[in-house]
Amino acid sequence: MADGMDPALDAFRAETRAWLEENCPPSMRTPQTEDEVVWGGRREKFKNPESKLWLERMASKGWTAPTWPKEYGGGGLSKDENLILQQELKRIEARHALNSFGLWMLGPVLLEYATHEQKLKFIPDIVNGKIRWCQGYSEPGAGSDLAGLQTKCEDKGDHWLINGQKVWTSYADEADWIFCLVRTDTSVKHEGISFVLFDMESEGVEARPIKLISGSSPFCETFFNDVKVPKDQLVGRLNGGWEIAKRLLQYERSNISATGFGSARSGSPELPEIAKHYVGTTADGKLADADMRSRLADVMMADKAFKLTIARSAEQAKAGEEVGHTASIIKYAAAKLNQAKTEFTVEAMGAQGLGWEGEGYSEHELMAPKAMLRAKANSIEGGTSEINLNVVAKRVLGLKDHKG
Amino acid sequence: MTFVLTEEQNMLKEAARDFTAEQLSLKYFREKRNAGANGKDPESWNSMAEMGWAGVLIPEEFGGSEFGYVGLGQVLEAQGRTLAPTPLLQTALIGVSAIVLGGSDEQKATLLPKIAEGKITTALAVDETAHHTPANTSLKAVATGGAFTLEGKKTFVANGHFADLFILVARTSGEPGDTNGLTLFMIPRETDGLTVTELNTLDYHGAANLTLDGVVVPNADVLGPVDGGWAILEPVLDRACIGLAAEMLGSSEAAFEMTHEYLQTRKQFGQLIGSFQSLQHRAAIMFSEMEQTRSCIAAALNALDQGSDDISELASLAKARASKLVHLVSNETIQMHGGIGMTDEHDSGFYIKRARVQEALYGGEGYHRERYADLLGF
Repeated sequence: MADGMDPALDAFRAETRAWLEENCPPSMRTPQTEDEVVWGGRREKFKNPESKLWLERMASKGWTAPTWPKEYGGGGLSKDENLILQQELKRIEARHALNSFGLWMLGPVLLEYATHEQKLKFIPDIVNGKIRWCQGYSEPGAGSDLAGLQTKCEDKGDHWLINGQKVWTSYADEADWIFCLVRTDTSVKHEGISFVLFDMESEGVEARPIKLISGSSPFCETFFNDVKVPKDQLVGRLNGGWEIAKRLLQYERSNISATGFGSARSGSPELPEIAKHYVGTTADGKLADADMRSRLADVMMADKAFKLTIARSAEQAKAGEEVGHTASIIKYAAAKLNQAKTEFTVEAMGAQGLGWEGEGYSEHELMAPKAMLRAKANSIEGGTSEINLNVVAKRVLGLKDHKG
Repeated sequence: MTFVLTEEQNMLKEAARDFTAEQLSLKYFREKRNAGANGKDPESWNSMAEMGWAGVLIPEEFGGSEFGYVGLGQVLEAQGRTLAPTPLLQTALIGVSAIVLGGSDEQKATLLPKIAEGKITTALAVDETAHHTPANTSLKAVATGGAFTLEGKKTFVANGHFADLFILVARTSGEPGDTNGLTLFMIPRETDGLTVTELNTLDYHGAANLTLDGVVVPNADVLGPVDGGWAILEPVLDRACIGLAAEMLGSSEAAFEMTHEYLQTRKQFGQLIGSFQSLQHRAAIMFSEMEQTRSCIAAALNALDQGSDDISELASLAKARASKLVHLVSNETIQMHGGIGMTDEHDSGFYIKRARVQEALYGGEGYHRERYADLLGF
């Protein structure tokens, strides 16, 4: 960090701090609540009106996507400037103005693979949160074997015609547009996939929410029945979609890594406090159940080891060292950790962690089993843990494929 | 920077790796084992002292390089790779730390230059039972005008069979379990009433039990305050745990590399065994554990150099995670090698034998989980 050595950066920090002081509304400096998370899009209701103001102000500077080019609505900041911006946001404990798959996944690949016209058309609305995107990847017959996808995309001269089905489409029922992997050549596998974008309001698109064991429905089954898509909405090369798909998955996994599967969930008491509250303590303040105490220490250590690994990876990347090896294990470790933490929470709460709804339970207590169940998907979504381990074994450890 | 080595630290790391690979190889370890050395090797220690490694933590005014804990951690990791039985951890880290933290100016001036030159090695005598519980010290030291008289036993003293000077924890007041009332004493090997029983340990590194029968230690050889020894002992044990964890990381890394190599050469059913998914996944899990443990140890070493206020937490974290790691890797090393891994002629056995000693020394995973819980207040 060149802080204090580069007058231009010092000036940037001062300006940024002043701007944030003036423009970040008071309620946006309080811990984020689940129901006030802003995902943007045509249907965003902004439960808290200050969320809307905060998003508009941040988007006007391009600071929802600080390092993207100004030309496409981004902030145009250098790495160092962005670091300062993030530090200043953290300093005032500002909420994220916008959460979106557009920011985390689609935007970065559009910047890399899309034409100038496509960038102009799609990126500014990602930055300002006007369009909410969903991800059309998995299909009923193509989960871990994603490249086995069958959703058909035919060339009809002046448009593409799409027929097929996606599944596990996150928030398809709330999204405006979809980035979608489709089959444009049935004679080959990986080389017959293309990457297309289309409006979820197009005729022939239907999204049906799937109810999960956790009770929530963040995912949909999504059906495409003779959906017409303009020719200029295919990104990259025809049949060149697999490369884009993989790159996007890298962004998805690194985003999961950075947030560690909701371990940053604010407002929930820390594990030791939960355990002490429900299990009780001995006269000298120790958790009354010695076995749980030891296992809680193990979970807390795993949590610390994970956080230190994220910090190490970030610092080494910044210093220009190779960090692919470390990054490859992050998603696997994050899933395992979040499952351990959410399981421990339910166990610690005892009978109070076994409620589903209604009276007799606090809001936190009702959240615990749902979080535990939701976490089971952490080792499935975005590539199963088994696929992650395959990747580590093959790409990092260089172990060969099994023959026959 | 917490996790990125400086150019000088990287040079030290390379030098240490080259040295241990060439002069303290596993092949050499095996020869020494076969000759019954029980971990004693004065020539190698002289060479290491000539490299300046005995004095990495010693202030320049006393003949050291004051290069820091991250630097020493690189050397410890390197010697862990080849399981080299040296007095480095006991002397350059533990002994020096105790003297720097608790010693008078005179004690420092007398002892540190000798340590830096490799002329004397030290051993910390703390445990008295089969398990590491430092506050339970009961070995009694009674003040007798100008001196203390010590009676009792110490067990499993690492480097105790080789050391010239013992740094011994005794109780001068209070009851076993109290952290108050402990005092550190420096006792030369050739002292009347001190019996050193050499132990032939599982890992071929050796150790010793001590019996003290009316050992008289002059007041001048008390290290730090009488009754206030815990204030030195606890940070010294933190350093011991972190240094040992660095060594354990090296051992885990080398055992993993050996196994990784075998997965890529051994064939069964006409296939490399490394192509079997059950082994691939377990190798990947070991790699994941190793990466995360590495972060803990790097953070702990760096905290020592920075004098951070979370050293104790990081020490228990590093030792517990390193114990878990070396346990996993040493077991998988044997299993993945199959029958050959069970034979004495293969090196797998050396790793698991050393691993079990490393795990127990200064408290195993269970001990450090308890301590971590104490430190985090639950």
